[in-house]
Amino acid sequence: MTAPGEGEASASEVYHNVTCPFCGLLCDDLEVSRTGGTLKVLKNGCGRAIGGFQRKLPEAKPQVRGSDVDLKTAVGAAAELIRKSSLPLYGGMASDVGGIRAIISLADRSGGVIDHALSEGQYRNIKVVQMSGWIMTTLTEARNRADVFVIVGSDVHKLHGRFFDRVVCPGYSMFDDVPKKRDVIFIGEGLDTSGAKGSRIGEVINLQCPNDRLTEVLGALHARLRGLPVQTREAAPQKRGGLLSSLLPSRDASSAPEIAGVKLSDIDRVAEKCKAAHYSVFVWAPPGLAFAQADLAVLLVADIVKELNITTRSAGLSLGGNDGAPSAASCATWQTGFPLRVSFANGKPEYDSYRYAIGRMLAENEGDLLTWVSSFNPDLGPPATKLPTIVLVTPGLRLSQPPTVFIPVGTPGVDHAGCMVRCDNVVSLPLQNLGRAPLPRGADVLAAIEAAL
Amino acid sequence: MMIKLTGGKVYDPANGVNGEVRDIYIADGRVVAPAPEARIAQEYNLKGRVVMAGAIDPHTHIGGGKVTIARTLMPEDHEHDEVAHTPLTRAGTGHALPSTMVTGYRYAEMGYTACFEPAMLPANARQAHLELGDTPLLDKGAFVMLGSDDFMLRSLAEKRDFQQVKDYIAWTMHAAQAIAVKVVNPGGISAFKFNQRRLNLDEKHVYYGITPRDIILTLARGLLELGVTHPLHVHGCNLGIPGNVETTLATIRATDGLPLHLTHIQFHSYGTEGERHFSSGAAAIADLLKKYPHISIDVGQVMFGQTCTASGDSMRQYNGSKNADPKRWVVMDIECDAGCGVVPFRYRDNSYVHSLQWAIGLETFLLCEDPWRIFLTTDHPNGAPFYTYPHLIRLLMDRAFRKEMMLKVVPEALKYSTLPSLEREYTLYEVAIMTRAGPARSLGLKDRGHLGPGACGDVTVYTDNSDREAMFAKPELVFKNGEVIVRDGKVVKVVQGATHVARPEYDRSIEKPLKEYFDRYHTIAMENFHVSDEEIVEGGRGQIVVQPTKARVS
Repeated sequence: MTAPGEGEASASEVYHNVTCPFCGLLCDDLEVSRTGGTLKVLKNGCGRAIGGFQRKLPEAKPQVRGSDVDLKTAVGAAAELIRKSSLPLYGGMASDVGGIRAIISLADRSGGVIDHALSEGQYRNIKVVQMSGWIMTTLTEARNRADVFVIVGSDVHKLHGRFFDRVVCPGYSMFDDVPKKRDVIFIGEGLDTSGAKGSRIGEVINLQCPNDRLTEVLGALHARLRGLPVQTREAAPQKRGGLLSSLLPSRDASSAPEIAGVKLSDIDRVAEKCKAAHYSVFVWAPPGLAFAQADLAVLLVADIVKELNITTRSAGLSLGGNDGAPSAASCATWQTGFPLRVSFANGKPEYDSYRYAIGRMLAENEGDLLTWVSSFNPDLGPPATKLPTIVLVTPGLRLSQPPTVFIPVGTPGVDHAGCMVRCDNVVSLPLQNLGRAPLPRGADVLAAIEAAL
Repeated sequence: MMIKLTGGKVYDPANGVNGEVRDIYIADGRVVAPAPEARIAQEYNLKGRVVMAGAIDPHTHIGGGKVTIARTLMPEDHEHDEVAHTPLTRAGTGHALPSTMVTGYRYAEMGYTACFEPAMLPANARQAHLELGDTPLLDKGAFVMLGSDDFMLRSLAEKRDFQQVKDYIAWTMHAAQAIAVKVVNPGGISAFKFNQRRLNLDEKHVYYGITPRDIILTLARGLLELGVTHPLHVHGCNLGIPGNVETTLATIRATDGLPLHLTHIQFHSYGTEGERHFSSGAAAIADLLKKYPHISIDVGQVMFGQTCTASGDSMRQYNGSKNADPKRWVVMDIECDAGCGVVPFRYRDNSYVHSLQWAIGLETFLLCEDPWRIFLTTDHPNGAPFYTYPHLIRLLMDRAFRKEMMLKVVPEALKYSTLPSLEREYTLYEVAIMTRAGPARSLGLKDRGHLGPGACGDVTVYTDNSDREAMFAKPELVFKNGEVIVRDGKVVKVVQGATHVARPEYDRSIEKPLKEYFDRYHTIAMENFHVSDEEIVEGGRGQIVVQPTKARVS
């Protein structure tokens, strides 16, 4: 392999069917060229993909307490820290399946806790699965089958630049000679609707409401689908003051009843569209639902979809899934039975989605060592902590404090081959080695640390 | 290095050995011909012990997306069965939806050395192999699901050349790294996406206009002509519906001499007699099967207790979701390829329906006379978790015990089953057929499931105990490739098993229409649909064993 920056500038190699590991969609139709250690996205790259593949890597060497060392020394120092730790925390977990397998193995061996950097978003979904379950679909199914898309509370176009092109507005879909137009309904605050354009798009409806009131609109939609009346008056007892006045009936604010600023008649129109649709798809990206108890919004979507399925077909489609979050949750689940937030401190896997959330543990001074793996995104650094840290990260990752042990690792799908699970939790894709930089696989470094324990 | 297993009572039906005292020699991981002069590195005195090949489970849902969805859905399933790591083994969890490592350990501790995941979706094949790769000690393989995928259904609807359909079947087996092909609710998973809620054997798919019968016959004939050893593995129409025995009988008649394997037939053997309109159809099926020697079955025995059903049959699972216990469930439509449904379930011995399901399974075992054509399964975890096998074996081998257990179920249910009248007791030889030789022969595992020269050194040694449940629950020794991996029912060494695949010939030109199809409709490139050998064996995860296929016919 040619080391970065070492020339052979004229000889470039072109890679086809490249899987992009920089967002949960894992688009695998990219064409990327490499000249020396420089990559260029030739085809099908969104802004995020171009930023990811073409980012200039700074020189980075393993370090222990700020001094350059060789990899072996860094591995030994990491093993020493882990050996001495009584509750090591394994966070980040932004890697591919190989890296995640290695993290879980090390955590199992060392009695640690595992959690992914993006669990907070992912748990908005997992809680719903564990509470009520749902009916879901996948990218290809939605691309070919959907006749109505409902985008819920998250700025899908901004988070996943190619979602509309690939799934909502493709040139072809399977079940019509003349592709049908799809209606797209947005519900939420300031959502970018610009992706919903072109020959495949029918009506676009934008129901604007503040995100923290999304559950009210979804609740009303659910009720209307069930044929129930909805209480629309905006009772505001705190403004009118006093217990007594809050018990009095309020006057209707206007002649057009509203829920969280959305006209009830618009909600009814959406309900009718979904009921009339053959296959409506409700789309959200969990990281975009960044408000308190957002899992309740996901639960309402699940309930709406279940209600629609009594007479027609409908399904949910969750996006998000960046930085290997679905790979981490899936792999943890098949290996331990639990979707992350597992402690091996007692030898057995112990699951508690509140207690073993590493963000909370760090904030409350639990644990005595943080190992952070982040191999894709230079902005996904460890949270501030007083604990000693071992970081296995992509070079150039922004660190808010000097780590105890620093080991630069490769990015799966760029510097080495690998495999990741897509946001729909069904499809997993192979990642190619594009030969960008001679950085070690995170999985190999972690295995070496485990072997040195 | 030669090891010798001396003086055990050997049950090796593939080689006609029925409880005879034999010495077994193993060199370099394989059984070799008796060599009394050879230098023996290690000898195991097995006098009085029962010796069989390692057991093979031909139908157990142990890896792939729907199993992991089920694990996610049911954290409480694992919460009283956490397993600590040891210097040898990894931590994990058990009960009905065990984690992958625990699955490997517990199967091996029960004397099993090979397990087959029967419902691998092509779109989820990579993950299925990842999970199977994290399942130690066992050989494994998977059956790839076809028959509700849009490429196949379009091909049939457009009446494309049969050779091309065969090429597609073979291409899919290669791409997904499968050893066999399964069809689940033929066409029904797709029909459900078009809002059809039921699809009978001769009912037309609302969009494609073809019937489950067309799909079954096409796939069955295709596999036969491709030379794949295991016949089409059929999860039929109308699973769980009272009266579905008629569908099952019609499916058997439809084969007209074509080989077929009907899986978890218990769930497809329901009549409509009695006040509850739910009765056993097992006798009618067992009767008809006598006339169709090319058809094999496995049972999908129900056992009482909490489990979670996980199936590719999204249509029937959606329907069953109203009985979910606890009340949460997942149904998915998947990639114009397949679907799945995960519904927790508790079988209760005080329920008429569940008691009858239990009875129908046992009836099926006892009425089917040819043990080469019936395999012991609970359709783990759908009928019960696999740990119940030793109990099931005792029910089959011990009439008095069976009668005692019948007292615990709803008596009314037994009136609609022939079970109380059945006196048969399985022999050890028959159990060895049903759990070793039969599945190996059916799946085309040339060197597994027997103990003749050339077989791999997978051997299970049991204490001969009249309590067959105790005997089969805890073998004294289990050998994998000639190494002791389990002693007194506990793992003592961890090794990786192989992944078995079959690779029938196909014409590469099938990739032209396939590539067009993928480029037009899919969100994955055809090239990335393929799971490579390297991905499966990555990180020292065993090896790939390509089992032979017969020459392709035309």
